[in-house]
Amino acid sequence: MKKKETKLPETEEGTVLFNVPLPEDLSQLKKMSPIIIKWPYHTDYIHSYGQDSPFFAGLANKKLLGTKCPKCGYKYATPKFHCMYCGSECDWFELPLEGKIHTWTTCYYGGQEFLKETPFNLILVEFEGVDSLLLVRLVGISQDEIRIGMKVKARFRRNSQFKPTDVYFVPAE
Amino acid sequence: MRDVYMVSGGVSKFTKARPDRTFQPMVKEAFDYAMNDVPNLTIDQIDGSVASYFSDHFQRQLMSGIMVHDYLGLCPKESKRVEGGGATGGLCFQTAWAEVASGRQDVCVAFGFETMSHVNTWKGNEFIALASDTNYDYPVGGFYTGYYAMMVVRHMHEFGTTREQLAMVSVKNYQNAFHNPYAQKKMKITVEDVLNAPMVAYPLGMLDICVMSDGAAVCILADEKMAAKLTDKPVKIASVGCGTDAMRMADRPHGDVILLPHESPDDYKGLKYPGVHSFRAGRMGAKLAYERAGITNPLEELDFVELHDAYTSSEIQTYEDLGLCKYGEGGQFIESGKPNIDGICSVNPSGGLLACGHPVGATGLMQAVFAFWQLQGTIGKHFQSDKLQIKDAKRGLIHSHAGTGTYVTVSILEKPF
Repeated sequence: MKKKETKLPETEEGTVLFNVPLPEDLSQLKKMSPIIIKWPYHTDYIHSYGQDSPFFAGLANKKLLGTKCPKCGYKYATPKFHCMYCGSECDWFELPLEGKIHTWTTCYYGGQEFLKETPFNLILVEFEGVDSLLLVRLVGISQDEIRIGMKVKARFRRNSQFKPTDVYFVPAE
Repeated sequence: MRDVYMVSGGVSKFTKARPDRTFQPMVKEAFDYAMNDVPNLTIDQIDGSVASYFSDHFQRQLMSGIMVHDYLGLCPKESKRVEGGGATGGLCFQTAWAEVASGRQDVCVAFGFETMSHVNTWKGNEFIALASDTNYDYPVGGFYTGYYAMMVVRHMHEFGTTREQLAMVSVKNYQNAFHNPYAQKKMKITVEDVLNAPMVAYPLGMLDICVMSDGAAVCILADEKMAAKLTDKPVKIASVGCGTDAMRMADRPHGDVILLPHESPDDYKGLKYPGVHSFRAGRMGAKLAYERAGITNPLEELDFVELHDAYTSSEIQTYEDLGLCKYGEGGQFIESGKPNIDGICSVNPSGGLLACGHPVGATGLMQAVFAFWQLQGTIGKHFQSDKLQIKDAKRGLIHSHAGTGTYVTVSILEKPF
C-alpha cells in the first residue's frame, strides 16, 4: 500500500467571508473554484415512543419487557405491538434478566453521535424460551474476552434517560 | 407483460467529493453519455423517468428527483421517485423495467445519484444508521458497520468463515477495479494489508468496507420495437426478483432454508435460517429471478455477477444467498478462485462497491451499466481497456441490497444477439 502523506487533519472550522473577487472576463467563470459554505442544521424532534412506551417505563423501573402473541404464542424480546406472523395484538410480559450472547461486535468507530463513546461492544441477547433477540451494549469486558454463548445479565441506569441504553448488559460468568 | 431491453447506460466517475457540481449536472454527465451511445434516440422519444436517491439528509434538499428530471429536459413527461436504502438503485431499475413491461412506457430512463460528501464521514454514518429502528436500535448501535459485523461474527461461528477469507474478497475486487477507469479507489493491496488496516467494528477493518461517494448513473430501457430501432446491441432483461426481511436483526426468524432447485433439505439439516448470518431477502430475490428466467443451476448458467459488496462479509454471504455455493461454503468459494475475473463465474468484475464506491442511489444502476457493457462486449470501448471484458459473456446477474438485508433485488440480463 502507498505510504500515507503527512498532513494536518481536515476540520470543519472556517472563516466568515462576505465577498470574493470576480473576473471582468465572464468567460473565465466556468473555471472558477466552487464556493463551499458551512450550513448548520439542528432540530429538536417531539418523538413519541407510542405503543412502545411501556418498554421504556419498564427500564425506568428496572424491568425488561417483551411482548407475546396471545394467538400464536410468538415471544418478542424486542417488543412488537402486533405479531409479525399472525397480525394479533400482543401482550406485555417480563423478560428474564439473564440471557446468552447470540452474536457480538466491538465498534472502534461509529456514527457521529456515538463516536465519543467508542470503543463499545454491541451484542444481540437470546433469552430462554423467547423467539426473538434484543440489541444492547455489553459493558465491562474487552473484545478478546467476548464469546458467543456467554451468559450475560442486565443492569439498569439509576436515573433513567428514557433511551434503550437505560439497560446494558455485563458478563454473568 | 412485454420483453424489456436495456439500450444504453452511463456513469459519472464516482469520487470522494464533487464540489464542482450540484447533483443535477452530475446526473446529466451520465445521461449525456448514455444518450451519445444511442445517437438515434431523441428526448421526444423518451416517455418518462424513475429517480433513485437514498437520503434527503445528505444534501438537505427534498424533491431532488424532479430537479434532475427538469434539468434533463424531461418535463412534462411522467416521473416518480423510488427509495429503499442501499437497494434504491436496484429497485429503480426494476421499476423502470415495470414501466416498459406493462406497456405504459416504450422508453424509460432510470437515473440515480447520491452526494454523500456534503457531510463528514461520521455524520454520514449517523444518517445511514437512521435506517434502523429509531426506538430500539439506532440509540444503542447507531452504526451500520457494527450491525454487519454482528452478522458476520455469527457467520464465522456457524460456518468457520475466517478474516483471511473476507480479506480475499477485498483483494479480488481491488484487483479488478485497477482496470476500471470509473473506480473511485485504485490500490494494489494484499491480504496482509486488509488484515492490518485499522479495525472499524470487529472483524471488519477499513479495507473490508466501501467508502462514501458522490456519483450518478443512468440506464435507458426500451420495449423490443424501440430497442431494435436504437441499437444493434440491446441487452434483454430476462427477469427481475425482489425479496424482503424484517428491519430489526433481532426479529429475524430461525427457521428452514428457502431452497433453490439444485439444493435439497438434507443440505441444511440443523441449520437455523436465516438467523442473523444470512440474508433471506437475497435468497428470495434470487429464487424469484431464477424461476422467472428458467435458471436451475446459477453457477453454471451465469457468466458473471455484480453484487452489493458494501462489506467483504456481505459478498461472502451473498455467494450463498444466490446459490453460487451452498450456505456455509462462502469462505471456501472465494478460496476456490471461482469468483475471480478468470473464474467460472466472475463476481464483481468491475471492482464492486468496495473499490468503485457507493453513492447509494447510483450504485444499483452502476452495476446495471457495467453488466450491460459486459453483455454488449463493449467493456474495451467504455473502459479504454478490455482487460475486464469477460469472453463470450451471455448472461449476468445484478444484485442490489438494502440495510442489513431488508430489501434485496436480483435482476438477470442476457445477450439476445
